[in-house]
Formats: sequence, C-alpha cells, structure tokens
Amino acid sequence: MSKLIADTEIEIPLETFPIHKDTDPAQRNEWKQPHRIILILIGLALVGSAIFFLRWDWLPNYGDLILQGLWRTIWILCVTVFLGFLLAVPLGLAQAAGPAILAIPARWFCTIIRGTPLLLQLWLLYYGLGSLFPQYPWIRGSELWPYLRQAWPYAVLALTLSYAGYEGEVMRGAFAGVPKGQLEAARAFGMRRFTILRRIWLPQAIHRALPTLAGEAVLQLKSTPLVATITVVDLYSVASRVRQDTFITYEPLLLLAAGYLVITGIIVFLFRRLERLVPSRLG
Amino acid sequence: MTVSDAVSTDPLQPQSAEQAEAIHVWNLHKRFGALEVLKGVSMTARDGDVVALIGGSGSGKSTFLRCINFLENPTSGVIRINGEDIEMVSDGAGGQYPANRRQIERIRSRLGMVFQNFNLWQHMTLLQNVIEVPVHVLGMKRDEAIAIGEQLLERVGLSAKRDVYPAYLSGGQQQRGAIARALAIQPRVMLFDEPTSALDPELVGEVLKVIGDLAKEGRTMLLVTHEMKFAREVASHVMYLHNGIVEEEGPPEELFGSPKSERLKQFIRTVS
Repeated sequence: MSKLIADTEIEIPLETFPIHKDTDPAQRNEWKQPHRIILILIGLALVGSAIFFLRWDWLPNYGDLILQGLWRTIWILCVTVFLGFLLAVPLGLAQAAGPAILAIPARWFCTIIRGTPLLLQLWLLYYGLGSLFPQYPWIRGSELWPYLRQAWPYAVLALTLSYAGYEGEVMRGAFAGVPKGQLEAARAFGMRRFTILRRIWLPQAIHRALPTLAGEAVLQLKSTPLVATITVVDLYSVASRVRQDTFITYEPLLLLAAGYLVITGIIVFLFRRLERLVPSRLG
Repeated sequence: MTVSDAVSTDPLQPQSAEQAEAIHVWNLHKRFGALEVLKGVSMTARDGDVVALIGGSGSGKSTFLRCINFLENPTSGVIRINGEDIEMVSDGAGGQYPANRRQIERIRSRLGMVFQNFNLWQHMTLLQNVIEVPVHVLGMKRDEAIAIGEQLLERVGLSAKRDVYPAYLSGGQQQRGAIARALAIQPRVMLFDEPTSALDPELVGEVLKVIGDLAKEGRTMLLVTHEMKFAREVASHVMYLHNGIVEEEGPPEELFGSPKSERLKQFIRTVS
C-alpha cells in the first residue's frame, strides 16, 4: 500500500499544484483502514457510555443559557480576533520597517501585553479603569455610559489588546520575512509605497503568518473563559452556573470540553481553507 | 536642475537627432561607505540601442544598472531618462536621494526591469504577475491588461502556464515570465540584470532566445551579462567595466575582435 502511494507521488509533475490530503483519492480512503475503524468504534462507545451512564436531565433547563453562552463566546472570539488582527498589522509593520518613533512604542506595547497575564489586564481594565469612570460626571452623562457600565466592552477591549500584542509580534516577523527581492521588484516597476504594502507586502506577510495566526486564534478561544471573572456570561460560566444550581460537576464540564473542541475544529478548518487560497511554496 | 556640478560641460549632450535619447548618464559615482563602486561612468542609450555591460564581479555593472532606476541612489552624477532630468537633493551625509518620489515612480514605470533572481511575486499566478503593474500602477483596465498579458505570455511561450504560481515553474520559465511582466508596461527601455546567472545551464538558452528576439525587433535594452557570446551577437554597443570605470567600450566586433586594453584581453580570455 505504502509502496503504491510512493509511486504515484513520483509521477506528479513538478509544475502541477500540490495534491492536498483531502483531494488525493489514495489518501481519502485512509480512514477506512482497520485500526482507524477500531479507534472510531472505541470513540463512539465512550460517547455512548457518557450519554447512558451520566446525568443529563439538567440539560433541557439550561438549553437557552447554553446557547446564549455559546453565542457570546463565539462573537467575543470573532470580534476580538478580527479587531486584534487589524491592530496587529500596524504594530508589526511599525516594528519591522517603521521609524523609531513608531517602532519603539509598538515594541513596548507588544512586550507589556505579552509579558503580563491576560487575567491581570482584564481586571486592570474592568476593576481599575471601569471603576474610575463613574467618578466623572461628564462620562456618566455621555452617550457611551450605557456601554461603559456593562462588563462586555472591557472583555472585548482586553482580549483585543491581548491578541493585538501577540499578533503584532507575529506580523513583525512575517513582514520581515518577505524576501527583499519581492519588494524590490515592486519598487522597480514604480509602485507607490502604499500600493506595495497593499498588493505585495501585506498579502505575503499574512500568508506567512496564517499557520501561527490559526494557533493563536485557538489560544484566544481558550482565553475567553477569563471573561467569566468579570461577570460576562460565556459558555464557561454556564457550566459554573449548572454546578452551583444542581451540584452536578462532571457532566457540564464534559459538555464544555466538547464545545470548545468543536469550535477549535471549526477555527482550524477555516484557517486551512484560507491557507489554501494560495499554494504554500512561497519564496 | 541637477545637483551635479558639471552639467554645462557634459560632453555627451545629443549631437545629432538621429534617434531620441532614452537614457543618458553622465559621470555617475556610487559609494557604499568607504567603498567607491562607480567612479564616474557615462553612457547614452538611444532608442533601439542594445547596450551590453560586461565585466568581472565587483566591477560595478549591476550597481550601475540599479542606479538607473534608483534602486540604488547614485552618490553623484547626472541621470536623464526619457529626456527628463532626475532631480536629486543632498542627504547631508555625502549622498543624495531623489527630490520627487512621484517622478521616480513615474520613470520606473517606463523601465522594464528583469532581475537575476526573477522576483516574480510569489502569491500571484503568472498572469496576475503580468497584469499587476499595468492595472495597479498604470491604471489600465483589467480586461485590456489581461488581453495584453495573454499575448505576452504567448510570446515567451508560457500561455499554458498563465494560471500557475511561480513556485511551480522552472527557473527558465520564471525568467521568461519576468520578461513578460516587464514587457507588459510597454517600457521605453528594458533593463536586464544578469538575467541568466541564476539559471541552470540547460535553461539559459530559452531565456537568451527571448531576449535575442526582443533585440531583433529593435527594442531598447540595457543588458548586464556574463554571456559574452550572446553580448557579441545582440549588442549594438558594449561597455567593459573594471573597478567602477569604463575600461573600454565600442561596437561588439571591435571590442571582442580587437580589444585594446590589457585587462579586457585578459577578461575575454578567462571567460571564453
């Protein structure tokens, strides 16, 4: 079998696109191999026994809350990853190619964010900044006040800054890693600096950074439970609620783990799709 | 107009009106720190000229080419392209840089540069590479650019590869693609910076053939090359650079047939 696969690989001409695992017929059937089938059966047996032998009678009462928590976790994740990345691009660019007046603050920002616990940042923003605001009448009177008195803006801000800090560093490396010749060719043809950034530099940097960004998005997902500490009801805090109400500990946590696993799977899948938009043999 | 101290004594001013000047360089100096790479190089290329720059490594020939589209800023000297003087300002540290970035960008977009390492944009297919500058620099309509791009790819024999990414092309194919990309801007002058030096020997021929065809159709070209035989065939004028000065120059038959300077004689012996 392995001999066969090796032979077919040799016949692929260099010029064609790489054949991905899911489109290669020889590899698509791999999961039908005996040991895999046994593993799948064991997995199903575990899930089945969890369903039959553990208590799930509380589930219907918390269905709505779980969906709400799930939704909140997902949108906080998406919004903070998106906004964080938008901040990371200038942070990375400033460090990779900016003048010192931009590069130094950007490096400080990334160092501070990466050097302190996210929980600390979250609490500094919520309990620190959030408790300062009400002292100022003009803030209390402003149109932003209805938002500033809630917890979620602080959660979104803290998670966005955190993602920006980590990804700023990733993007710095990605910008610096684009071969000089790629940019020189753009300059040689009279491209303006912003056009070079938009058409050549940024796309290649993002493509280089994508695998890392995917990993960081997964880490970001697993940072979201921290928002429960500032009263934002996400997926994780639903599990706590169930435990407090019913003294059932294990089952909600199992469900929680499954939930995070599924979201992680979706993130990884989406990033793979993105990576494939351009074949991966860059420079 | 220019910073150079000697514009008025420029001996290479156009004397006749036979062909318009495409590139005119006078007394070009380039210094990297303490190292003076170019020590006063002058050159005029009229429309239809094929000027070959030859010389050993470190002779300054690539630097000279890169100064012409300001990938390197010359330390001093006059550069006039399409009859347009490039204004330079002093950087206060003995060097100078273009006063007007837009002017440089405009001039660059008329010079088709071909690099030693191809430098096709890796995240774009071949056709996307070819239409990139026409669409995003010259403001050409996409459909029009694609039509021209397809013609150019056909000319360099790469029609079948239009939707392939550079990483999946051989060096020779990439370089021919890079030539199509340079042609797509309808350049006044093509600049070749050692276009075959990074190629496997068996791929050199296909690239030289494309360049030779361009020369035959009367395209203005500046060619830095190590291929002496090829330079002799296609060039209308050959310049031999040594240690940053033009040691000898003239028509190829003269230069290769009866070299005057001892260094050139020795150079021709060692490379052929």
